[in-house]
Amino acid sequence: MNNIAKIDLSVELTGLALENPTILAAGVLGTTGSSLKRMSNSGAGAVVTKSIGIEPKPGHPNPTMFKLECGFLNAMGLPNPAYKEFRSELDTAKEGSVPVIASVFGAHPDEFSEIITGLDGADAYELNVSCPHASGYGAVVGTDPALVEEITRASKHATSAPVWVKLTPNTTDVVEIGKAARKGGADAVVAVNTVRGMAIDIHSGYPILGNRFGGLSGAAIHPVAVKCVYDLYQALDIPVIGVGGISKWQDAVEMMMAGARAVQIGSAVYDSINVFNDVTVGLAQYLTSHSRVLDDIIGLAHSKVGL
Amino acid sequence: MKPQNAVITEVIHETPTITTLKTDIELDAQPGQFVMVWVRGLDEVPMALSHPDSITVQRVGDATAALSDMKVGDSIGIRGPFGNGFELEGTKIMIIAGGVGCAPLLPLARLAHAKGLDVTTIIGARTGDELLFEQQFSQCGVVSVATDDGSKGHYGLITELMVQFDLTGFDHCYVCGPELMMEGVLDMLQVQGIEARSQFSLHRYFKCGIGVCGACTIDPSGLRVCKDGPVFKGDMLTKSELGKWHRDATGKKKRLS
Repeated sequence: MNNIAKIDLSVELTGLALENPTILAAGVLGTTGSSLKRMSNSGAGAVVTKSIGIEPKPGHPNPTMFKLECGFLNAMGLPNPAYKEFRSELDTAKEGSVPVIASVFGAHPDEFSEIITGLDGADAYELNVSCPHASGYGAVVGTDPALVEEITRASKHATSAPVWVKLTPNTTDVVEIGKAARKGGADAVVAVNTVRGMAIDIHSGYPILGNRFGGLSGAAIHPVAVKCVYDLYQALDIPVIGVGGISKWQDAVEMMMAGARAVQIGSAVYDSINVFNDVTVGLAQYLTSHSRVLDDIIGLAHSKVGL
Repeated sequence: MKPQNAVITEVIHETPTITTLKTDIELDAQPGQFVMVWVRGLDEVPMALSHPDSITVQRVGDATAALSDMKVGDSIGIRGPFGNGFELEGTKIMIIAGGVGCAPLLPLARLAHAKGLDVTTIIGARTGDELLFEQQFSQCGVVSVATDDGSKGHYGLITELMVQFDLTGFDHCYVCGPELMMEGVLDMLQVQGIEARSQFSLHRYFKCGIGVCGACTIDPSGLRVCKDGPVFKGDMLTKSELGKWHRDATGKKKRLS
């Protein structure tokens, strides 16, 4: 156990020093400063807030999330109290021990700039151009390369902190959007947001989600995320942060071998909020037993072609 | 889980504003656990189970109004049971319930009585007509009553009635009701230094109900009411937002007064 404790899992990510490469994903336990603080003290290397917009939004009617055998479906609808109200939550979150990344959503570049300016002091910003179920936001803007580039550029102008762009898998070519983010000055891309999905109650015929459709997360989307991360790693010269269906250390190792420099974990807090600690311990044991360091496994799959 | 289909088998009008719906699904639930009740096409709301096959609803909004108007044969969707319920401690307990807060405490009183515990219950309501489950609680032990308008029992607050008891003589207190009532009860227990021997069932705005979204977390602990609660030990709540504020659907803090 002593050797494992000494394993260095720290990672430099867009200028931020993370004690370990696991990050709380946006939209999960990130509504309040005290919840983010709790997560930062439970083993996460960094935490991302709930996506924050320009106006208060109550979100979609319930049901907004439920578990399936293969994952989770959600359509929260970007509920948030607007950046002015969230300011104090961000300050509370920053009392925690790890970097706090503010997730931001908007309909156009000016909104992103205004929110980022209003939420100054975050350690980095993650642009949510990938929510699959909020009309006028998210994936509606995130599948348009020109708009993603413009939003990224405007966001970069609004802050000196790193800007990450979270991508949607609900597009023909995630690499094209990743390249647009890079062109706009993104410091990293985060892949992926949820995959569009739907479930219908067979007793009544009603779609179950209040919004009728939403986004799929959890184990079912892990292979989708691994492929997106693999492709982005190959095409971009900026870090890729992998997210989608990570609930145990093996998933994290796989995502890093695809090219992720760090991973985000969301739905898996359902099983335990100690998931960050569990993944970190497993990762350390893996690296020890294989005599590797983190840098050895990041993108490893790309060199494994042929004999 | 996807919502299970539950067909209403009986509708009991408990008070002018409170209705119990019995369904054809009996859940393996601990007293104090809750379910997410889906009124198709409208909303999904958290509800305490008043019996393994029943929910007891107060008409306060659209979803609860729709539930209150349901007839035998209508159906709802149910997810759960979720969260941590009450845990019985000791041999002599006090139950303190206000309004529809009686619902999660009735199965606890029944379980305690069945196990041979000494159960004392204090229930409160705005009026005598609105008292919930008085008769059912009295089958489990002694019941005292307080009403805001004095139409039945003590004229005034539950906390005024509590003064008549030696609270330190009880092994444990179980509390559910309007937030300011619960805050008043917690203050009284704290004065006597027995807040660690109490459990409170909280209500907050729920979205996912399964501990993922974070909409129902409380300050300053960041604990999730839906998953770490809804039942919390009193000593976990003494320096919390209880009685001070809650958050609305947007996540904005709203002062309680």
